[in-house]
Amino acid sequence: MSKFLQRHQKAVLSTLLVIVIAYGFYFWDSVRTTSILNFSLSYALPLILAAMVGIIGERSGVVNIGIEGQMLLSAFVAFFAAVATGSLIIGAFLGMASGLLAGAFLGVAAVKWEMDQIIAGVVINIVAAGITSFYYTPGQSLPAIVPRIEIPYLSQIPLIGQVFFNKSIFVYATLILVVVLQVMLFTSKWGLRTRAVGEYPSAADTAGINVYRTRILNVAIAGVLAGTAGAYLSLDAAGWFERGFTAGRGFLALAIMIFGAWNPFGAMAAALFFGFASGMASQLQADEVINIPQQLINMLPYVMTLIILSLAAGKVRPPGAVGQPYKKEG
Amino acid sequence: MVIKRGDCLQTETDAKKLHPSLEYLIKKQSFIVPIIAVIVALIIGSVLIYFQGANPIGAYKTILQASLGNERGLIRTLEKTTPLILAGLAVAVALRVGLFNIGAQGQLIMGAFFATWAGFTFTNLPALIHIFVGLLAGIIAGGLWAAIAGILKAYRGVHEVISTIMLNSIAIAILDYLVNYPYKEPDQPLPRTVPILESAQLPKIGFVPVGFILALLVATFISWLINRTTTGFRFNTVGANKFAAAYAGIKIKYVVVSSMLLSGGLAGLGGAIETLGITYRFEPAFNKGLGFDGITIALLARANPLATIPAAFLVGVLRSGAPTLQFDYGLEPEIVDLLLALTLLFVAAPILGKLIFRKRAEKSENVSSGWGS
Repeated sequence: MSKFLQRHQKAVLSTLLVIVIAYGFYFWDSVRTTSILNFSLSYALPLILAAMVGIIGERSGVVNIGIEGQMLLSAFVAFFAAVATGSLIIGAFLGMASGLLAGAFLGVAAVKWEMDQIIAGVVINIVAAGITSFYYTPGQSLPAIVPRIEIPYLSQIPLIGQVFFNKSIFVYATLILVVVLQVMLFTSKWGLRTRAVGEYPSAADTAGINVYRTRILNVAIAGVLAGTAGAYLSLDAAGWFERGFTAGRGFLALAIMIFGAWNPFGAMAAALFFGFASGMASQLQADEVINIPQQLINMLPYVMTLIILSLAAGKVRPPGAVGQPYKKEG
Repeated sequence: MVIKRGDCLQTETDAKKLHPSLEYLIKKQSFIVPIIAVIVALIIGSVLIYFQGANPIGAYKTILQASLGNERGLIRTLEKTTPLILAGLAVAVALRVGLFNIGAQGQLIMGAFFATWAGFTFTNLPALIHIFVGLLAGIIAGGLWAAIAGILKAYRGVHEVISTIMLNSIAIAILDYLVNYPYKEPDQPLPRTVPILESAQLPKIGFVPVGFILALLVATFISWLINRTTTGFRFNTVGANKFAAAYAGIKIKYVVVSSMLLSGGLAGLGGAIETLGITYRFEPAFNKGLGFDGITIALLARANPLATIPAAFLVGVLRSGAPTLQFDYGLEPEIVDLLLALTLLFVAAPILGKLIFRKRAEKSENVSSGWGS
């Protein structure tokens, strides 16, 4: 335990600081604090999931620019499947399946066909935009809303209880996933293989790891997470769908991934920070504390992304073989 | 990124593997690939149209008739083609340097707005000079907007795909603000600017819009610049092999920034021509998706500046003819998005992707893929 504290001194301290500050504000103004934090979490959730997609891909050496398209496609499929079948569960699963399909396409294109990974990702984005805007029909509504699941006792804790323990299945699944992924990536056999393939594929190959299969499988499985993010967006967060629905979240997620130094926990913290900044800005705007036109507030996450990326450059190191197709020698 | 020992060896063995006739096919007959891609996309598109309950052949015929069959349609097609040529050129120029500028959209609307601004701000200018000033304002605005991404790439290692996408959203937000507050046309419900002065309006020669001719000239100029000048040589060398270029003494950072400046300038010019020649004012809903069409066009043209003209014309025909489908067949005009997406898919697809892009990707590994610099 003390070793853990030593190694992660900064992270532990800043987490504690955040908690203390949050409760400080909570006792000052409980309603607003809860609402800002609720906003932060729901804003951050798809970004967290999408950043995990990016992390899994890049840790195994595949750049995924197509997260945006994967999310858009699965949000579309989830929404209209739910409308057609009358079941949110079927919608969610079909959304995830479409994410898997798009992920598998990227995996096969990038690894097997050795297509330029950036171009493969952009193709996914444009194809997803094409499909969803052609088959989109306006005026549909969901058969039900995603139920909140209140966790007994935990939901009674002030602040945290309402923010984290009275949410839909998507929120719980995501939070659990981040922890599992963090642990798996750095302690399991899968994690070691994934990182080996992403850092130094020829060494991994020599050690008997199937580089191609690992990469394709990882990118495809990550597609399921992108599908979940899409399903969350259209079924839970919004409850509707429109053309260009994901609004650049897939790209924000990539910035968040870099900001979080390709670590699940880091990315989650970065996503929550993004959510918090947006929530804070909207709240201040609503209270007329600041008077900045909405258009300029909408700009905030994108400007933050650019600033963060230019600051992060050189400070964090991407996986060694990211973006390079692997080819066996000889 | 480190040059690995195997790198040069690999390219050598690779070159041996390619059959000479195949090499010839790639080099000389490169237009075959995009044409096949378009045909396959149209065939699959016709199946999709059929499933929507419309007659595909009739639908394609309607598109052609509406876009080319009469003078009004033809003018509209040429007008639509113009910014598409320039957006395609913008993407193509950057691709030559190994940069993937997917922010042509933002650069284009920036150019469009500032051309409009010059169009209504400067008064008492003779028509020719006023038009020139307007176009220049568009070029500068678009160029500087893209240069931000170039500078971030060159000096901070921020990947241009992310930065240009972010800059798209930022441009939309800024312009949305500008036309809603400081530059809103007074006493109007719609957020839009006042119209430009008559002296800034681009005329038509006969039925051909001057902007279209301008776009053709610019495409020719860019083709000359890329293929026949030292600047072009530098661009291509950096795109082909960053390390060799640096070794040869080419200033990579300078090339990255200046190519983005040029790329954005082209997109900005596209926007400027659109506002000075067609809409005569700026509206926020201005030509959504032109930037994405630019990507499709540049990849269809395989980053060859002159080939962007037919590629843009094809997209222009589809875009100009599609709205009629709604009327005749009840088909959403977004069918064009689908057709173009399919085209892009096939132009970049497996075998094609291998032939076209693998060699690029290997040679320029970290230029167009990966994050660091």
